[in-house]
Amino acid sequence: MAHFLTQRLARALLVLFGVSLLVFILIDLAPGEYFQEMRLNPQISRETVAALRTQYGLDQPLPVRYGRWLRSVSRGELGFSFAYNSPVWPLLKRRIGNTLILTITSLVCSWLIAIPIGIRMADRAGRWPDRISGIGVTFLQATPDVLIALGLLALALRVRWLPTGGMHAPDFSETEGLGGVKDLVLHLVLPVLALTAGMLPVLVRHVRSAMLEVLDAPFIAAARGHGIRRYRLLLGYALPAAANPLISMFGISVGALLSASLLIEVIMSWPGVGPMLLEAILQRDPYIVVAVVLFSTLFLVAGSLLGDVFLYIADPRIRVE
Amino acid sequence: MMRNKKIWFAAMPLALVHILVLGARFFAPYDPAQQHRDAPFAPPMRIHFLDARGKFHLRPYVCARLNQTTSTGSPRYAEDCSHVWPLRFLVSQEAGVFGAAPGTTWHFLAVDAPGQVFLLGTDDYGRDQLSRLLHGGQVSLFAGLLATGLSLGLAMVLGGAAGYFGSWLDDGIMRVAEVFMALPWIYLLFALRAFLPLNVGARQSFFLLVSVIGLAGWARPSRLVRGVVLSAKQRDFVRAARGFGASSVYILRRHVLPETYAVVLTQAALLISQCILAEVTLSFLGLGVGEPVPSWGNMLAALQKYYVLENYWWMLVSGLVLVPIFILYHLLADALQARIKPSGSPEMSSLTPQRLRVAI
Repeated sequence: MAHFLTQRLARALLVLFGVSLLVFILIDLAPGEYFQEMRLNPQISRETVAALRTQYGLDQPLPVRYGRWLRSVSRGELGFSFAYNSPVWPLLKRRIGNTLILTITSLVCSWLIAIPIGIRMADRAGRWPDRISGIGVTFLQATPDVLIALGLLALALRVRWLPTGGMHAPDFSETEGLGGVKDLVLHLVLPVLALTAGMLPVLVRHVRSAMLEVLDAPFIAAARGHGIRRYRLLLGYALPAAANPLISMFGISVGALLSASLLIEVIMSWPGVGPMLLEAILQRDPYIVVAVVLFSTLFLVAGSLLGDVFLYIADPRIRVE
Repeated sequence: MMRNKKIWFAAMPLALVHILVLGARFFAPYDPAQQHRDAPFAPPMRIHFLDARGKFHLRPYVCARLNQTTSTGSPRYAEDCSHVWPLRFLVSQEAGVFGAAPGTTWHFLAVDAPGQVFLLGTDDYGRDQLSRLLHGGQVSLFAGLLATGLSLGLAMVLGGAAGYFGSWLDDGIMRVAEVFMALPWIYLLFALRAFLPLNVGARQSFFLLVSVIGLAGWARPSRLVRGVVLSAKQRDFVRAARGFGASSVYILRRHVLPETYAVVLTQAALLISQCILAEVTLSFLGLGVGEPVPSWGNMLAALQKYYVLENYWWMLVSGLVLVPIFILYHLLADALQARIKPSGSPEMSSLTPQRLRVAI
């Protein structure tokens, strides 16, 4: 286990390093930077702009800047935001927490809903429950996340049952304890619904096809012949055998959810990393972009690492290799 | 034969959509930038065949619109069927009303002069949504197509080279591909977009978008192409060609790359919807093609205001058209895949992760 983990960790670190290098090269290639706008302002002299650039080290060549940035990472600052005039990490910390709350909740919800639906569809393959769900899944899969989010938001605005937008009610600071949690949960409903609806069709498809493959196997026929009850057969025999491809889906689903959550966060004004990234791009604040992109990679890599660990636990064949 | 039918079943409607969009200047009743200041947020008009007395008219008509907007309220309209405007098809109109080149243009659909026809309603400037939808498709659909072409072109070149020449080239290309795939795709798009100029003209930003989206998508198909090339270069006819002294470039072009066409074609059908979605997403967030040029993404951007979202459902139309288009591309990909599979290339099984990305 330890050997397996260190190997994967080393690989993950290498990928992170590669991503940071890629983003830095992109910055270097790009025209325009944060202080360029200042140059257009007649009230700021050329010398001031030049001094600012020197102060923030923008006049240095790429390797030097990258080295400096690495050092600031080791100090736990992750670079410096020009727009906020502050190190990046304190700005990003809360945002990451908010994004994780949203993404992990949606991850759990979508898997918990997808597994029973997928099993049910595989069990009834070819018959009408399967067909109708199949059509539903196709439609949902073809519906872009933007549309799902906007549709849900429009519905919520009409019905006014749920708070729309944001993470807390305006008077949040006055509520305490359980009231605060209830407020957060209510605000979570819409974005989680949107993310789950976007994720569901893919997961359902995979659960269904994985289960179908197993249900064809001789040992299932044998178990059925022994008179084992249907639900015991499905959950106790077929599901564990079908688990392997699903576990490898886990890591991929993390990445997909992250992508979707960026958009949902912006649409539903959830204070996560998505709106921050968008703002940083529009303001040309490079180090925030680097940090957010790195965070997304880190989360994705962590997801697939977790998937690997699950696979290691679930499948003895991998342990032998 | 059966499978061919399935392919046509998906391909024909798609071709129709593309023709409609390509001929937007003809099919659209108005110029996409033409503003009807007296009719902001006008709802879609009903096409009438039966009049108030139940008499059937072969030539359908639309009713005039009564503006009932109070001085403070949001726009409100009512139908006034005492004035009707029959729809006229294939009419020539004097152009040059709105900055267009002088001369006459042909329109598929129009009504006589003081009347207006908004089959899909109007937006906040009173611009016809149907016209914007058709013209916006030129940006969104073709950005998707071109970006897919770019991705797959890169995949053929890089994946082909990696698979065929192997050794350090293979290692290098596949390492870079790994880095690209380690990023969730919207973050990758953003990272690529982040450092390119923001305020550029519509034409430039279109090509910028195409290159960003195309670059973001090369890694996965490259891996597939590489896999096919790896198995193809072991085939006897390739060895024979090499034995006869054929050059690497010749073998690649003549014998190896044709083996990948099947995979590339299926990938294309899968990638296109993802690329269209990427354009829509970026334009929606203000990082793509900007106003006044319509694209399906920036048409949706108006909905970021809650009052628009709450009151004017027809503003969603550019998002709604994506659903049937994506379903058709999905069917096309399925049909292509089913047609290719019998020849038995083991690489097809690795399509599933790609599928997932398409869906999201």
